[in-house]
Amino acid sequence: MKKLLTTTALALMSLTAGAHAEGKLSIYHWFEYIPQELLDKFAEEYDVEVTMDTFDSNEALLASLKAGKLGSYDVAVPGDYMVKIMAGEGMLDTFEPSELSNFGNIEEKWVDVDFDPGRKSSIPYQWGSTSFSVNKDVYSGPLDSLGLIFDPPAELTGKINVLDTAGETLTLASLYLGIPQCTSDKAQLKELNALVQKAKPDWASFGSDAAKDVLVSGDAAAGMIWSGFSAKARSEGANIEYVFPKEGMIVWMDNVVLLKDAPNRENALKFMNFLLEPENAATVTNYAQYTAGVKDVSEFLEPEVANSPESNPPADQKGVFVEACPEDVQVLYDAIWTNLKK
Amino acid sequence: MGAGNSSQIYQGSGWKLLFPSWIIIGIFLLAPVLMMGVYSFLTKEFRGGVIWQFSLDAYDQFFFDRGLFGDEPPRLEWTYIGIFWRSIWQAGLATIACLLIGFPTAWFIATRNPKSRSTWLFLVTIPYWVNLLIRTVSMKFLIRDTGPLNEFLLSFGIIDAPLGLINTNFAVQLGLFYSYLPFMVLPIYAAVERYDFSLSEAAADLYAGRWTILRLVILPVVKPGIVAGCILVFVPSLGAFLAPDLLGGAKTFMIGSLIEEQFKGNAGNWPFGAAASMILLTIVMCVLLVYARNQNKVEAR
Repeated sequence: MKKLLTTTALALMSLTAGAHAEGKLSIYHWFEYIPQELLDKFAEEYDVEVTMDTFDSNEALLASLKAGKLGSYDVAVPGDYMVKIMAGEGMLDTFEPSELSNFGNIEEKWVDVDFDPGRKSSIPYQWGSTSFSVNKDVYSGPLDSLGLIFDPPAELTGKINVLDTAGETLTLASLYLGIPQCTSDKAQLKELNALVQKAKPDWASFGSDAAKDVLVSGDAAAGMIWSGFSAKARSEGANIEYVFPKEGMIVWMDNVVLLKDAPNRENALKFMNFLLEPENAATVTNYAQYTAGVKDVSEFLEPEVANSPESNPPADQKGVFVEACPEDVQVLYDAIWTNLKK
Repeated sequence: MGAGNSSQIYQGSGWKLLFPSWIIIGIFLLAPVLMMGVYSFLTKEFRGGVIWQFSLDAYDQFFFDRGLFGDEPPRLEWTYIGIFWRSIWQAGLATIACLLIGFPTAWFIATRNPKSRSTWLFLVTIPYWVNLLIRTVSMKFLIRDTGPLNEFLLSFGIIDAPLGLINTNFAVQLGLFYSYLPFMVLPIYAAVERYDFSLSEAAADLYAGRWTILRLVILPVVKPGIVAGCILVFVPSLGAFLAPDLLGGAKTFMIGSLIEEQFKGNAGNWPFGAAASMILLTIVMCVLLVYARNQNKVEAR
């Protein structure tokens, strides 16, 4: 949907702006996640014609690459567990740290990550959390539990938007129930199924790209949302608070990966290196309002972004990464999701 | 007949002249449908894609319910049939709404003087210069609880609370109706324009009432236009996914969104998506066949 618009706009732009560029770079990115100025800056600095398509979930990214788009993009921006899945599918190319002069700018804790040990195919883009936000005009009770989404009070019933992705929605539901991810225990899965089935009539809509908009417009009084997206909703006038639930929340990191068969591998590496410059990483953070995984960004950050409540959870807040389940378990979760959406 | 000459000139070379259309039909119509048919009988691969191995799993999933974990005895699966039924019902209702509004509109335009008709037609098509996506999003903005429609009604005290139209079946209806209305108006207009109004006068001279004239004289003559309009509205409504997604809150699955989910969304089940498409195609074919047979009967008479 939004993808069509962005693609067309960028296609038109590249026709006029980049007619004489030296090389090309094709990016597959999340919607509303990189400021246009930064793309322009890169295009100008390296004399590269940049085109970008967007997706709205990790699963949509995988589906589209699998359906034959691999080989047409140079870089993509999957979340942590999707990096692992894509590597397993053989969709990623590798690079040597020496190929990126800014490799040393990556924060220590994000270098040797579980989903890409030693950073052979990816660099950090931004990290943040997934939880939900509540409109304080509508609900004034305590904001501390995932129960507000999965077993909502009367004020919020029928006014809740949930993310249209199985990974995040079912993981939050599992956290609420206190059951592990990727479980194959049938009793636990049935409990999970029953929970979301019972909650569905209380939900108004499923939407990821609309998650911010529904909160700003008031269509939804509570909504699952990513931390920075919630901060943006707040700065656009929604009287909402991002909740740090006692049951835990999802922590994630999005990463720029080098795709296999990238038509412009050189430019892809230049772009990744460019994004590891503290100033450029900070530009993304100022725009998307998450947190960069790069050192020395703080001097470039706008204070309201650096100090935003969404990016600064309480010290004892519990957070988990979404796990990539093995196939025999994943089919059970898929069944629950399909069952929910039909 | 006057056409005799030309038919002799082109005799024997007909198939050559038809060649381009056969190529178009072959590449853009038959090949994709064939591919879809083949894919619907393959084995699903984990996270999208197919394994080249014959399987009836996709159709089995459509028609049989084996419980959440696939270990219960099979029962007839009503959910997908339910989604199809809901889609048919929604598309049918949208078609009726389009007909009720479209017929008088077409009639109105066709009965203006010939010079102003083109202006009216032009006006009907103007909104359709804008992309369908943008029009659907605009509709969403218009009818949401904090949108202009509700604000207007609230400020004049006509209602006390927002109407709550968004994320309902009614909103989906409205979206479909608005999206496809001109497909109803234009064919009916074409039929009415050719209608000879002296027939109505003759009927009136023979003491036929207005209702009788409409029923027995006008409708049979403009029927092909009405049927064409109904098909043009019904078929795309059946597969629509923008309206259910944006106006229905992606909660009320219709066939289009169900199929989209299999390819783009979480499920990643290509054979099932292909099977659902094949079943949809079969339904549409049946509708068109019934229409074609009726047409033949009428012509035979």
